Amino acid sequence: MYVKIASTTQSVLNKFPLKDKSNLIQILQAVQEKDDYLSPEAVVRISEHLSVSRSYIYGVATFYSQFKFGPPGRHSIRICLGTACHVQGGDFLSNALQSEIDITPGETTEDGKFDLERVACLGCCALAPVVMIDNIIYSRMSVIKLKEMLDRYE
Amino acid sequence: MNNFETIRKKAHTEWQLLQNSPIPVIYIGMGSCGIASGADKVWKQVHETISKEKIKAKVLKVGCIGPCYLEPLLDIQKPGLPRFSFNNVDKKKTIRLVTEFLNGEESKLKPLGHLDSQQKEINGIRSFWDQPMLKNQERIVLRNCGIIDPENINHYIARDGFKGLVKAIELGPEGIINEIKKSGLRGRGGAGFPTGLKWQFCREASGDPKYLICNADEGDPGAFMNRSLMEGDPLAMLEGMVIAAYAIGANTGYIYIRAEYPLAIERLKIAIVQMNDLGFLGKNILDTGFSFEISLKEGAGAFVCGEETALIASIEGQRGMPRSRPPFPATSGLNGNPTNINNVETLATVPCILREGGDWYAGFGTKTSKGTKTFALVGKIRRTGLIEVPMGTTLQKIIFDIGGGPIKPFKAVQTGGPSGGCLSVEFLDLPVDYESLSQAGSIMGSGGLIVMDEHTCMVDVAKYFLKFTSQESCGKCVPCRIGTTRVLEILEKITQGKGEIKDLEMLETLAHTVKNGSLCGLGQTAPNPVLTTLKYFRDEYLEHIENNRCPAAVCRDLVEYRVIKGKCTGCQRCVSVCPTGAITGPRSELHFLDLSKCIKCRACYEICRFDAIAGDAIVIE
Repeated sequence: MYVKIASTTQSVLNKFPLKDKSNLIQILQAVQEKDDYLSPEAVVRISEHLSVSRSYIYGVATFYSQFKFGPPGRHSIRICLGTACHVQGGDFLSNALQSEIDITPGETTEDGKFDLERVACLGCCALAPVVMIDNIIYSRMSVIKLKEMLDRYE
Repeated sequence: MNNFETIRKKAHTEWQLLQNSPIPVIYIGMGSCGIASGADKVWKQVHETISKEKIKAKVLKVGCIGPCYLEPLLDIQKPGLPRFSFNNVDKKKTIRLVTEFLNGEESKLKPLGHLDSQQKEINGIRSFWDQPMLKNQERIVLRNCGIIDPENINHYIARDGFKGLVKAIELGPEGIINEIKKSGLRGRGGAGFPTGLKWQFCREASGDPKYLICNADEGDPGAFMNRSLMEGDPLAMLEGMVIAAYAIGANTGYIYIRAEYPLAIERLKIAIVQMNDLGFLGKNILDTGFSFEISLKEGAGAFVCGEETALIASIEGQRGMPRSRPPFPATSGLNGNPTNINNVETLATVPCILREGGDWYAGFGTKTSKGTKTFALVGKIRRTGLIEVPMGTTLQKIIFDIGGGPIKPFKAVQTGGPSGGCLSVEFLDLPVDYESLSQAGSIMGSGGLIVMDEHTCMVDVAKYFLKFTSQESCGKCVPCRIGTTRVLEILEKITQGKGEIKDLEMLETLAHTVKNGSLCGLGQTAPNPVLTTLKYFRDEYLEHIENNRCPAAVCRDLVEYRVIKGKCTGCQRCVSVCPTGAITGPRSELHFLDLSKCIKCRACYEICRFDAIAGDAIVIE
């Protein structure tokens, strides 16, 4: 595992040869794209490469909601809690979902099947409420439809 | 410039060939919203059917034309005829459309409208633009959305693309700024600062290099104008960027865009490559000696990064925290150099202004708010989607004439996202412009309009926004960090039925403190949803506090679920969906709901309302 992460991190860093701190967010995004999350090992490599402390990197990374610090589930559920979704019952979806798979946003189910995240807006407000599973957006969701949907995922 | 004429001629020929295509052309609206409603399945089906039926046809992806409630939209253009538009197309309808309509058979499927702007009626079919949602609009920025292939620069050029840039080069930087000033264009991101003046400040500022940033970090929940625009007509915004950069003297530009918009990012990347290839971007643009490069920076999810100084910090690779102004970015921005930041819609409007003239643009709108504005019309409304209207159009006209109004009685409209306010029915005659909205306690914002009906609880809406702003507060200044949290706590208390009358006074005091004491726009406007709901919907707060009742039956702690005797058919559908086993009862007999086990998830309520054999017997009170 360590070797794999070290090599993917290195391949990302090779694309940013300059010791330029302003590339930090882009580097973090690229590493997460490959590893699915930011591992402690990857952060060490980045801190050596840019000559900045690890705490500086965590300071930046934890500021933004995009970055994850643990491995995600096999399927990522993003529940939209934008205003239009809220008005159309997004909060009910979120609660029903949490009791169904028994995790709170930011967590991964014990069997590693799902991870859950609340997002501010997916920009499909006219189709509210929406839920995104992996990269598919499901529109005009209801508590019932959501339950049926979850059964389809392995 | 001669080069431009050659490019234009070539683009025109391609466009004309498409309009007069000897084989049928099928256009599918493939914005993110279209795809979410199934346009990708339609796309696949069209290809399958035409290959199976051996029909020769051209299939094109276009952006979103606006009326999301009609999606997925599919247009068919047969030789010698204009485009005919079909709405709410699914797999089955696609097969029928392609086989019947294209094989020339008599089809029962009637198109919604035709897209020929010159003619009223063709073969008994009325114009698409006569639809109630579209006929009251004035489409300037959105003119290409849904019409052209956003991945083909020739379509954009054929429809007067880059004419604005050519005109801009003739006018020179000072001339451009004058023209923009004449047009009265103000920032479409929300604050409404005059664009021409902003450019002038940056142009006159000393320091080199200068930067241009396009703020595409559309963070307002409930707003998607910029996403649609970048997906449907990315080149308009990019042309605007080149013009702005030429005016202020910047050679480097950034687009700061949300990572949540992958399709917009992809289309912008394609557009940038195409512009480089034809010499509209890069070195020595149109032989002027002027060079300009654009790079994309993906935001990593922080609402506060919509604020100029926070956005700059984020581009510099730091935590996206705002700093106090002055100095303004126009004098000291990115890397301490003069920087001009404009919103997507502002920049996409610029080419039209240059092409048609500032006076022409100033002919739309009101005295102080000129031109048109796009809005995302969503929430409890019949016709949802993206619209563009002249400034000064009344809320009544937007919500009822264009949007068709809500199905249940209208209660409120929320403008300006988390920074805006909720306006009640008395404000329906309010003209939508910067000044009128801010006098009413709300703001123009970036253009989200969320309509609410009697099933929306206004205290819950205020709580929702405060939850959002308290989470998104960067934590730098105390009034915003602590203030929004305290306001949220009081709102939570009220929605749980534990509120006291004195809480309302406390809410007002806190809200004013946060408004006056915060460092940046996020905190300064965060209390608006609370202040406006307190002002216009005070009885709802009182009902929660005095009678422990939520009139809209939304606040979970104040409602109960009940099964109505006489209506319950004993179908057991609710029993099967209840996650906690709170509902029991044998088949064909009245079911019993154990309130101590009920988590109020709404599953039983939904199935009882929508299932065919259920009796609509579960109520929330």
